[in-house]
This record gives sequence, C-alpha cells and structure tokens, in this order.
Amino acid sequence: MIDQMLQYVFTGLSAGSLYALVALGIVLIYRSTRVLNFAHGDIATVATFVAYSALSQQYSFFVAFGAALVVGAAVGVAFYFGVLVKAQREGANLLGMVILTLGLALIIQGAVVWYWGAEPVALPFPISDTRTYTIGAVVVSQLSLASLGAGLVGSLLLYLLVQKTRLGLAMRATSENLMAAQTLGIPTRMVLGVSWGVAAALSVVAGVFLAPALLLDPFFMLDPFLKGFAAAVLGGLNSLPGAVVGALILGVAESLTGAYLAIQFKNTLAFLIIIVVLLVRPEGLLGKEFKERV
Amino acid sequence: MDLIESYREDLRFARRPIARVLLGLLLAALLGLPWVAPDHLVFLATLVALYSIGVMGQNILIGYTGQISFAQAAFLAIGAFAFGHLRIGGVPFPLALVGAGTVAAVVGVLVGFPSLRLKGPYLAIATLGFGVAVYQVFVNVELLSGGRTGLAIAKLKPLFGLSAMHTQYYVYLLLLALFTLVTYNLVSSYVGRALVAVRDSDIAAEVNGVNLTRYKLLAFAISSFYTGVHGALYAQVLGHIEPQIFNILESLTLFVAVVIGGIASIEGSILGALFVIAVPKLFSEYRELVPIVYGVAILIVLMFEPLGLYGGWLKTRLYFRNWPFR
Repeated sequence: MIDQMLQYVFTGLSAGSLYALVALGIVLIYRSTRVLNFAHGDIATVATFVAYSALSQQYSFFVAFGAALVVGAAVGVAFYFGVLVKAQREGANLLGMVILTLGLALIIQGAVVWYWGAEPVALPFPISDTRTYTIGAVVVSQLSLASLGAGLVGSLLLYLLVQKTRLGLAMRATSENLMAAQTLGIPTRMVLGVSWGVAAALSVVAGVFLAPALLLDPFFMLDPFLKGFAAAVLGGLNSLPGAVVGALILGVAESLTGAYLAIQFKNTLAFLIIIVVLLVRPEGLLGKEFKERV
Repeated sequence: MDLIESYREDLRFARRPIARVLLGLLLAALLGLPWVAPDHLVFLATLVALYSIGVMGQNILIGYTGQISFAQAAFLAIGAFAFGHLRIGGVPFPLALVGAGTVAAVVGVLVGFPSLRLKGPYLAIATLGFGVAVYQVFVNVELLSGGRTGLAIAKLKPLFGLSAMHTQYYVYLLLLALFTLVTYNLVSSYVGRALVAVRDSDIAAEVNGVNLTRYKLLAFAISSFYTGVHGALYAQVLGHIEPQIFNILESLTLFVAVVIGGIASIEGSILGALFVIAVPKLFSEYRELVPIVYGVAILIVLMFEPLGLYGGWLKTRLYFRNWPFR
C-alpha cells in the first residue's frame, strides 16, 4: 500500500519536475514583462521537432538537443525584438501583447503542421523508459529518472543565473521596477530579450524530455503547457520558487488522482486547482503583491 | 461632420440617407442571395450568420466589457447539447433555441463569479481551465454527450415551399438581424455604457455608481447566451454533434474573429465571422496554412490596425468622404 503510493508519488514528481521547467519559463516572462506567453508550448514544440529532424539524420543526441535549445531561444528572442518591442512602440496595451503571443502560437502550429505533418511520430531517444532500476520498493525507469534530473538541473541553473550573476541581478531589477532599472543604466530591452530566450530554452528542455513519453505531434505541448500554467498559478505567477513547488505538487496530485480517483479526470484536476486557487488565494502559494486597494 | 443634437439622433440606426440606402441594398442582396448563388455559397452564408451571433456575444464580453474568456467552446458545447436534448425531447425549434441560450447563460453566470476577483491573464487561464474541464466532462459522461455515436438532430422542416437549405438560410438570417438589432440597442443603452465603463476602469466605474458585480455577471450571461445560441444553431446545421467538435481551437477561432473583425464593434463581429469562415474555404487546398493566416492577420491587425477590419473600413470611408482632401 505504502510502497504503491510511493511509486505514484515518484511518478508524479518526475512529471512535476518537467512541468516545473514549463512553469518557470511562464513565470520568468510574466514577472518581467507582465505578458502571459500563450506561445510558450508551441516554441517548445517547434524546437523538439528540430531535434527530431536532427536525430533522424543521424546526428548525435547532444547536437540535436543543442540545436533545439538554440532554435527555441532564437524564436523567443526574435519574437520579443521583432514583434513585441515594435508593438509596444505602436502603443499596444497588455491585452494586445497577450493576443500577439496567441498569434505567434497559431503561426508556429501552422508551420509545424505544414513542415512536419500532423501525424504523430516517435522521437528516437537515447534514454529508454523500459529499462528500470529498483530503489527500495519503488521501480524507477531510466526516463523518469532523467526527467527528474533534467528538471532539477534546469531549475538549479536558473536559480544560479538569477541569484548569483550580474545578469540575474539586472533581470531581478528589471522585473521589480522597469523605470528605475532603466534610470540606473540597465539595458532593459536586452535583459528582457535574454529572459525570453532563457524561458524558451527551459520549455524546450521540458519538450525534449516529454516527447518520448508522449508521442510527438504538433499539439503535444498543449497539455504540459496548460499544466505549467496551472503550476505557475498555484505557486504564484511572479514567484520562481513558487513555480517549482506548484509544479511538484501538481505532478504528485495528478498522479495520485489518476491512481485512486478517476483516471479520465486526471487532466481536469489541474484546472480545478487553478480555479480553486484563484478564488481562495489569487496570489498563489508563494506569490506576493496582487492586492488591489483603493 | 455629423453633429448630434439629441439623444434620439445618437441612437438612430443609420444616420445619413445614403447609409439607409446602402443598408437597404445590403438587406435586399442578402435576401436575394439564395436565388442567384449556388447552394454551397448559401451554406457558407448560413455559417457566417450563425458565427456572427457567437462572435457578437464574444465581442460584448471581450470588446465592450474587457474580460478575456477562453471558455467559448464550452458554452458552444453546452448550447449545442442542451439544444440537442431538447429537440430530441420534442421541444420545437424556437423554444429549444431559447432553452439552449438560457442554460448557457446560467452556466455563464457561474463562470462569471471568478471574474469578480480575477483580471486579465488570471481570468484568461481560469476560463481556459473551465473550457477544458467542460470538454472532458462531455467526452467522459455518456449521458450528456450521447456516447460514442453522439446526438443526431432532426433537420428543420422546409417552410413556404422553399428548399431545406433556403429555409435554414432565411431563418438564420432573420436570427442574425434580430441579434444585431438587439446588440446595437444594448451597447448604446445605459447597459452598454456601463460595460464600457467597467472595461476602461472598473474602479472609476464603481465610484460612479456602476454595480460591478451586476454588470460583470450580466456581460458573462449575455455573452454566453449568444454563444449558447451559436452552439445550438451550429448543431442544427451539422445535424449531428459529438463533444470532439467543441475543442479549444473553436474558442481560439471565435477569439481570432473578434480581434480581426474589430474589438468593440458590431459590424466588426460580422466581418470577423466572415473572415474565419472564408479563410479556411479559400485555403481548403492548404488546410495547414490556415492557422498561419490567422496568426499573421492577428500580428498585422494589432501592429498596424488595432480596430481590425472594421477600423480599415472606417478609414476607407473617411478617405472617400473627405476626398480630395486628406
């Protein structure tokens, strides 16, 4: 009984750590530009397909992974500089910018279907999900171990970047107060561009590690993306640690729901969580601000 | 320049004689369409008519009240299935239509409650979540969705010796005219002004005596009523419904129609509906390009023409009215 539960908890944690990467990207963009990026999942999709193409042309996994990261980050940065900055100069408001990311999402979806087709394909992945290890009473597949590792390493690298480097300091300053950061000589445009790139790269990592478990099709990131949203809201949309905590909780809750309640409502859970959290504690578990007083 | 001297004049539907003539011509053209156009064009026009109703409802919520909602597919599904069950239970078409709208409106009020506390992106996600949840409920609960086979809906009976296709077209055109008139009157009444006030600054609106709770919920109720009717009419056209039809892409399509047609404009809603029906038809050889066209159109609209197709039309009109001056 306990062993079985531990098993489910572990499965949940490994899924949750990938949701964490998606959630971190969403939070990173949200807290610096106040834009909810609806194209977040789609950027990961196109980058994962790039990895798929590279792998099927016999490039090594690391080359393919690197190419995916570069493409994902490049799309994010290009969208920020090419579209959002221009739109801001034209005086687009926040709603307008959110709609723009929706437009980007549609463009990427169309492009992926056009170039790679809508048929699901399997990503040739060096880490198998059939080879398993037994730790105590818990059976761990290589893939879920790797996912957990990827999630932790990604989160840790982001933590180091944001907390321990000059660039991270600039990012924090910019997200805290854009005007003040500009006045102090921080090149905020550049910093925000970097945020977009890093966020996109994080979601690409999640995409590449999710692809072997789900099949790779043009809409395969929609679900993880929505889960990432849910996790980010649960943890607080402007808190990076909150995103990780929220994602892990969501992953475990989801896995336990699937096991003990009803498997077909596993995916609905995320949204129940969102709605309840938003009603009870809109700022999330670890979030601050978001109190409107007059 | 048209000076408005009284409130009555402000409410007038067509302000100048030429506008009245053009409106009359447009109506005559729409009435005469089935007699000259082939059947598949009539069918497309029917689709545009029913989409226009949904887009208008969505525009009341997004454009006039400023509440983003991605739950439209859920309301479409609720409207469509309520309509389906009512029709199968033997309720006549008009009553079933009202019933479908009412069920959707009641659910809309329930969804509207989070909107009292949430704003902008938070509301967008909450409604997105609601949309997905409703979708999954319909997919998994066979009692609602009619199981694997879905619900079959009887076709409309032909009236006045017209063909079934033409009857459907005229009924839908009549409904569109009705909804357009109602919407016009709604947005130029005190209700419409209250909604716009909520959009522009809800705090200022509240200070000026607009009851936020009432008007936000009202906006949700009205918009979901329209969307429910849209769902019902869509179900009637399809003749057979299953939950998979009402996926998240359907919400996006309605959203795209609002943005491209023109935010906060009724004519824009109809143009937007025309756009989302016409583009997939024009690109039927290259189906996969449709989302790209939508996306690029959104980028162009937001960066160069924030009022959408209707804004473009206004500018053209102004250009010709002031010609040769600029």
